[in-house]
Amino acid sequence: MTPRITAAVAARVLRQIRRDRRTLALLLVLPCLLITLLWWMFRDTPVFDQVGPALLAMFPFIVMFLVTSVTTLRERSSGTLERLLAMPMGKLDFLVGYAVAFGLVAAVQAALAVGLSVGLLDLEVIGPVWLLFVVAVVDAVLGTALGLFVSAFAQTEFQAVQFMPAVVIPQILLCGLFLPRDQLPDALHWISDLLPLSYAVDAMTTLTTSAETGDVWADLAVVAGFAVAGLAAGAATLRRRTP
Amino acid sequence: MSAAVEIRDLHVVRGGRTVLEHLDVTIGGGVTGLLGPSGCGKSTLMRCLVGVQRTSGGSVTVFGDAAGSRALRDRIGYVTQAASVYDDLTPVENLSFFARVLGVDRSEVDRVVEAVDLGDHRDRVVGRLSGGQRSRASLAVALLGSPDLLVLDEPTVGLDPVLREDLWSLFHELADRGTAVFVSSHVMDEAERCDRLLLMREGRIIADGSPGEIKERAGAASVEEAFLAIVRRDVA
Repeated sequence: MTPRITAAVAARVLRQIRRDRRTLALLLVLPCLLITLLWWMFRDTPVFDQVGPALLAMFPFIVMFLVTSVTTLRERSSGTLERLLAMPMGKLDFLVGYAVAFGLVAAVQAALAVGLSVGLLDLEVIGPVWLLFVVAVVDAVLGTALGLFVSAFAQTEFQAVQFMPAVVIPQILLCGLFLPRDQLPDALHWISDLLPLSYAVDAMTTLTTSAETGDVWADLAVVAGFAVAGLAAGAATLRRRTP
Repeated sequence: MSAAVEIRDLHVVRGGRTVLEHLDVTIGGGVTGLLGPSGCGKSTLMRCLVGVQRTSGGSVTVFGDAAGSRALRDRIGYVTQAASVYDDLTPVENLSFFARVLGVDRSEVDRVVEAVDLGDHRDRVVGRLSGGQRSRASLAVALLGSPDLLVLDEPTVGLDPVLREDLWSLFHELADRGTAVFVSSHVMDEAERCDRLLLMREGRIIADGSPGEIKERAGAASVEEAFLAIVRRDVA
């Protein structure tokens, strides 16, 4: 890995996102709108306080997964990836460059979503608010890592989008948003223990209900571990020589 | 001049089909043209030189190192058939990015923009440029850092004849300064502009020599006729 090249990849990806105003607006504004919608639906009930933390964990993950799988697929099919791999670029330069760029976008997205939820919509947070933000960013990097990995298995952008329901929706169903994880049937509870989003949602929920941060760091470490594993798996799918 | 590229007994099978059949070729300096109909294996051969093609046998050596080795990655400029540039960036932004990846000076960007005559379009997003302008942007990337070997896969497709003429002059200029230029084309009239020609058909090199030699040997007036004569003789 070469820092100069990693930084070049990250800067280039950010420039492309900046140029695409519509995508940028969707990335930043949409999560806020959806959170507001839920707050409005459940006003005068305690539901928003219960699902709010899970939403803050889900949005960065879903959005970054989608954006990354489509952009890297485009990079594979346009020939730019082949060109880069024929240059002195390490595979990790490419992957980490993407993770850094989307991590930064996620930081802005998370700052807006957390600021809105806590500042305007009165989401109750007992733990430190900044840690909520950290969890959201790590979660976004996880989405990016899985998106990079999955893009290797899609031949078209259409297929890439179809990986969303396959990879993301089961995690949303089992992460504790619909039913607390300890009330799931044993087999499903066991499966939910293997899914990274469960840990991100656990971390967010702990933060909103307790001032104790030990468990949060443990959950965060698991999410970060999955992100690193995702990037490593992604590196394995980038081949300089292709058939 | 010693050989830039040495290909020995190169064999490539893609999807169960033999694309390159036990190829032996040496490429030296000057402008070497790889001519043949589309689908004959030109792109696959070029990918082998750059080291991005999985091969089933044989060896490809570039400047004494195995193709694709780390030491070669900033010595070869490569243009794929598709314009491998980012559509949502301008030519200058594309070039600045690739220049940073290659670690070459920023002044290179202006130099290559001029070399491919994209000065008027340097700050327009590539997606809004014409096909010819896009492929020139892609070519400009390959020129960054003055590589020792240029591998150009059909760089002149769809270009206006005046521009094509300019690019061929550029290739010769580069070759005169010591760059080995390897260009493919399926347009036979471009053959005349090469110092040396490789005619390719169905994964084999069917003729190798200067345009003049090839025409003389086949007793033909043009390279196209020579190609036909050689194929007919092979079939007979």
